[in-house]
Amino acid sequence: MKNKILPFSVIIIFGIIFFIFYKGLDDSKIYTPEINTKKEIPVFNIKNFFSGENVKSLSIFELDKIYLLNIWSSWCVPCRQEHPFLMNLNLENKVNIIGMNYKDNFKNAENFLKELGNPYKEIFIDLDGTIAIEWGAYGVPESYLIYKNKIIKKYIGPLNQELVDEINLLIK
Amino acid sequence: MKFLKFFLIFIILFPLGGVNAEENDKRNKITKNLRCLICQGQSVYDSDSEFANSLKIVVDKKIQEGLSDDQIYEYFKTKYGEWILYDPGLNKNTYILWLLPLLIFLIGGAIIYTRFIVKK
Repeated sequence: MKNKILPFSVIIIFGIIFFIFYKGLDDSKIYTPEINTKKEIPVFNIKNFFSGENVKSLSIFELDKIYLLNIWSSWCVPCRQEHPFLMNLNLENKVNIIGMNYKDNFKNAENFLKELGNPYKEIFIDLDGTIAIEWGAYGVPESYLIYKNKIIKKYIGPLNQELVDEINLLIK
Repeated sequence: MKFLKFFLIFIILFPLGGVNAEENDKRNKITKNLRCLICQGQSVYDSDSEFANSLKIVVDKKIQEGLSDDQIYEYFKTKYGEWILYDPGLNKNTYILWLLPLLIFLIGGAIIYTRFIVKK
């Protein structure tokens, strides 16, 4: 009996190990961030794009308004793709779009806005990308839907009509 | 000559390079344990991507603020989740990872003991 317990338990243990590793094959090896975060917005100081003055984050977002923080850059090609959608969203006037210019050259960013239009209520500069990290971002473009100082939803990558419809549905 | 002596004593007593080297070591240690989320298989230390470079600046700032290693890891964990750490802590998602080697070691030890030592 003793002789049988040992091989049996070894088989069971290897079976469990095999199962764990087999399940692990299905897990994504790519970072998949949480998109429904409900996290508080971070506290930081940031420079205004046009005036250059330092602003506290808490003075940007009012509690009773809905905001869409969009991280963009003139060198980012997907930002060009999503820009018309931001322009349309701004025309609907339901959400305040705040821009955060990421690691950009001022002149290029200004030309970008002249060429494609400015949908932003306010724009701020994140020259070294550290404020984007405060938001938990890891690239451009990224957008955050904010209400009552909480992130309601995070959009990674360029916005498209489907996502704009979703935003409209969420802010109804 | 006197000035030179004072200067040398000052340098010996207050090795500024030492402080910087210590900070550098700490920074390297931390960035080696942070995963670059946009570059597969690379740590923040190894990567030269925009994301990794910004992360290095943040690590520097946090070290300057006097935060400990654990506090810095905790900060990044709240921003990006456990995935950003190469050396995850023990929690409900990682307990198998931590306990499995110990379990295998104990079972292996038990097999060796019962098969070879007890038989003797």
